[in-house]
Amino acid sequence: MLRISCPWCGARDETEFRYRGDAGRPRPPADAGMAPFLAYVYERDNPLGWHLEWWLHVGGCRQLLQVLRHTLTHDIRWVGAPGAQPPAPTE
Amino acid sequence: MSPPPAAPAIPAASSRPTSGRYSGWRLLFEGLRAQRGWRPAWVKASPRPHYRVVIVGGGGHGLATAFYLAREHGITDVAVLERGAIGLGNVGRNTTIIRSNYFHPDNIRFYEFSLQLWERLEQTLNFNAMVSQRGTLNLFHSEAQRDLFTRRANQMRLLGVDALALSPAEVKRRVPLVDLGNGRYPVLGGFLQPRGGTVRHDAVAWGYARAASRAGVDIIEQCAVTGLRSSGGRVQGVETARGFIGADTVCLAVAGHSSQLAAMAGLRLPIESHVLQAFVTEAIKPVLDVVLTCGAGHFYVSQSDKGGLVFGGAIDGYNTYGQRGTLPMAEEVAAAAVTLLPGLARLKVLRQWGGVMDMSMDGSPIIAHTPLTGLILNGGWCYGGFKAIPAGGFTTAHLIARGTPHPLAAHLSLERFMTGRTVDERGAGPFPYLH
Repeated sequence: MLRISCPWCGARDETEFRYRGDAGRPRPPADAGMAPFLAYVYERDNPLGWHLEWWLHVGGCRQLLQVLRHTLTHDIRWVGAPGAQPPAPTE
Repeated sequence: MSPPPAAPAIPAASSRPTSGRYSGWRLLFEGLRAQRGWRPAWVKASPRPHYRVVIVGGGGHGLATAFYLAREHGITDVAVLERGAIGLGNVGRNTTIIRSNYFHPDNIRFYEFSLQLWERLEQTLNFNAMVSQRGTLNLFHSEAQRDLFTRRANQMRLLGVDALALSPAEVKRRVPLVDLGNGRYPVLGGFLQPRGGTVRHDAVAWGYARAASRAGVDIIEQCAVTGLRSSGGRVQGVETARGFIGADTVCLAVAGHSSQLAAMAGLRLPIESHVLQAFVTEAIKPVLDVVLTCGAGHFYVSQSDKGGLVFGGAIDGYNTYGQRGTLPMAEEVAAAAVTLLPGLARLKVLRQWGGVMDMSMDGSPIIAHTPLTGLILNGGWCYGGFKAIPAGGFTTAHLIARGTPHPLAAHLSLERFMTGRTVDERGAGPFPYLH
């Protein structure tokens, strides 16, 4: 069971949240053309290590959160609001 | 890293010690001489400096690809590199189900070819894989789901694949354990593929490994790949824990970790890695003689020949490379189990485990060339890789040997994501968690 510290609600079980995927994918500019948009829609870095991702607190405050989580250990290093600057991943 | 030990001279395939042919007579004969005549089923090879084909990943698809390269195309200058030991990855972690009850015509043809290869696999490999065509029965729980399954069954029958609709009474007659009127997922009927079933998954790894080794393929265990070497846009070989191994063609068959290996070639794939759990209960007397799936709760169960009920559900739902699952999904799967089959409620779960899946963005696999010449990808199997092992190996071997996709796997290209030709079985869009 993951415990995610929602900035608004405090530490809650993962069952209150819904995973919404990789948060480290900037949307290309509108005039970027097909290739960058197709890559944006389909391709993922899928790292083994620290991963910045969206979690929706659907069973709580309904805010969308950024979570920096390790994809092997499942440790959570940081949780922030959309737009907040995540700490630089180390190691 | 210390230099790799000098490789001992590898005997030619014809002079290798072999395990001999397996048969009932052999079993009787060895029994009469105190079982002294058995030899290891495959040779634990050491790497040579160069191969025509290097296959990364000694799982079902890697071993099957090596076997069909030798059998169908006469290419035996092949190495299969496995980072651990054969059979400990996803080929030994699935719930052993085989079926071809898909909706998309291209998928039906591909998985039906696989099912036909399963049907004669034991004769092909001379290995008892315990292929058991006990039938796969998908239950439906709403009228919309019934219509969807009917459409799928009709699509299958148009292509000559077996599919039957069962009424609730027929479901009850086949599977008396099912609680048809349960309050949560009332059963409106079922969709049966009589030729579906189960296979002993360990035997699939061992059978393909033995047959490939007998054909002259080098199976190299404890040999993790740490890098891909390329020059001028063409692959040159792989860096491994046991030194550099050159290759004309490198095939990645490492589903679960495809993104990691592709990143070594500078490629990003339309894949996320997720964990899928499986469970097995204590052994009980025979109670279930089909593979039963529940459409509403995403739950599937079969009874192994040892008597344990083998079951699983959906992926945990977030990116992970951890080969373990967490309790919320275990609870959800168990809830579906006891809702549908209340008679199982007091059974104890003996073991639980997880396997890491390549979840592709359209729910269909990838058997294709990559932008790096000479690098071929077999991956993106979502959680449907086991049933596809024979066809996956067959068509990947074809792609390696001929350089062009096998007609049955031509729709599984990597370019499909860039050309709008995704094979979206669920009709759900680009979400890796919607296989």
